[in-house]
Amino acid sequence: MAEKVLFKGNELLVEAAIEAGCRFYAGYPITPQNEVPERMSWRMPQAGGVFIQAESEIAAINMIFGASAAGARCMTSSSSPGISLKQEGISYIAAAELPCVIVNMQRGGPGLGNIRAAQGDYFQAVKGGGHGDYRLIVLTPATLQELYDLTLNAFDYADYYRNPVMILGDGILGQMAEPAEKHPYHPILDLPPKDYILDGCKGRNSRVVRTLFLHPADGLMKHNLHLQEKYARIQRELSLVEQYQTDDAEVIIAAYGISGRAAKGAVKAARREGIKAGLIRPLCVWPFPSDVYRRAAERAKSFLVVEMSHGQFVEDVKLAIECRRPVAFLGKGGGWYPSQEEIVEQIRRLANEKSKPSTARGKR
Amino acid sequence: MEFHRPRTLKNVLTHYCPGCGHGIVHRLVAEAIDELGIRERTIGTAPVGCAVLFYNYFDCDIIECAHGRPPAVATGMKRMLPDRIIFTYQGDGDLAAIGTTETIHAANRGENITVIFVNNAIYGMTGGQMAPTTIKGQWSTTTPEGRGKHGEGGPIRICEMLSALDGPSYLERVAVSSPKDILRAKKAVKKAFEKQIAGKGFSLVEVLSMCPTDWKLTPAQAVDFVNEKMKAVFPLGVFRDR
Repeated sequence: MAEKVLFKGNELLVEAAIEAGCRFYAGYPITPQNEVPERMSWRMPQAGGVFIQAESEIAAINMIFGASAAGARCMTSSSSPGISLKQEGISYIAAAELPCVIVNMQRGGPGLGNIRAAQGDYFQAVKGGGHGDYRLIVLTPATLQELYDLTLNAFDYADYYRNPVMILGDGILGQMAEPAEKHPYHPILDLPPKDYILDGCKGRNSRVVRTLFLHPADGLMKHNLHLQEKYARIQRELSLVEQYQTDDAEVIIAAYGISGRAAKGAVKAARREGIKAGLIRPLCVWPFPSDVYRRAAERAKSFLVVEMSHGQFVEDVKLAIECRRPVAFLGKGGGWYPSQEEIVEQIRRLANEKSKPSTARGKR
Repeated sequence: MEFHRPRTLKNVLTHYCPGCGHGIVHRLVAEAIDELGIRERTIGTAPVGCAVLFYNYFDCDIIECAHGRPPAVATGMKRMLPDRIIFTYQGDGDLAAIGTTETIHAANRGENITVIFVNNAIYGMTGGQMAPTTIKGQWSTTTPEGRGKHGEGGPIRICEMLSALDGPSYLERVAVSSPKDILRAKKAVKKAFEKQIAGKGFSLVEVLSMCPTDWKLTPAQAVDFVNEKMKAVFPLGVFRDR
């Protein structure tokens, strides 16, 4: 029987990580995720693990690189400007195919930005961020229950695919409190043995965790092809998405994370007015659930993308439906978010447009 | 007395230039690991710089790190595997420029790792640019009038700087520019590993080394440069031993 708990998101994240067997955490203070290192500083020693307050975000991610190579389940967390600093290390970890979990409780940007919740790091998380051809698995919880469950699963995805996993939250998710069930951890995947780790070469040949591929000349090309094959496999196998009232929906809302909660409220409100609205909310934005959007585009008349940034996630929705339907956009950045009423207003507008010729173009 | 290749070194040719000090320092590290019988529980970190291909030469587990980050990577490894021996092998650009933060804080935490710091006062792999340890007046491809004419500051003395911290257990500066210096360097490297084995905390050996190629000197002149110029700026000796 799962225990029901009331925590702030940042605190619950710590509990989930420890429950999943994470035994190494390194991080650096930054608002709005300070509760993570604070709670880790006493919970990790209780669990027999290691907490380090690193001298920088760069050092923290490199400590993760080392701890993961040593075979540990490990995690770092930060918020937007700090995640930018980690990008070098993330690229190396992806190159070396080491598992780890990286949490971004996003705040407003660019620059030092502000400390309100935002979703402006979507491109950075999903399209790269660091140098080179690599991908992160990017999970986008909208509730604390999802934050808990996806954190448990994140460690399994990381180990199973030997790939860094990012939990892309935001300041609201980190700071808010709501009840969640604290399920015991059970692996959801058949995890392979860690036969790549460095723990001293006793009884075996010495190993190298490589991030450099100079020789032969096509060594890096082949490594990149190997990575691409892995990413293609992840895309085939991993799809996490909520479809709400989509069966007969004429207007499909696309939103993820905290925006997805406001969008769901808006769908309910629109339905009360008799408007056939539905929501497709990814819980994982890489791999992107393109096929789900594409299938919805066969029936729906139009799409509305809602996000807490000025148009990042919307590009993936347009790509997914191959621009077959008009895509309207409602986004606010800088730490502000579209309200439920604003979303409903857009839904009404789109629903009323439905009788017009289908030449309407998506508004950005 | 027989002369053997240390077990910890692979039987391969290195890419180092004639007269380079890396080959000597590699051998000293490998001999120390052999003599302490720790090869099978030792994990090294490869740097960015001339020793970037370190893992082709050392027959122990190695992780290839980003530029300047080995002390942080080593920290993560050591904390998860406290009974293994973790060492970094870093040049001056790696350790004293881009990785200064990681160096200082690993030292300050007293992280129980061993750092082998090869100081040749130049960026070797990239072709001879100014290093943080390039001495005043020294020519490099980015100080064509000699260091110090255009606000470059002076050389950073790492052992002196780290000796201001409580964390380190052992700090020594040695050289590999004469047989006597090499013998002393060997003792220092071994002692640094012994400190880690004994759980004493952060140990670092700074090795003054030759780079004839990028100094534009012959190997013999490069030895003289270490003995006459570098030792005057970077005095040899033990800065911490406890």
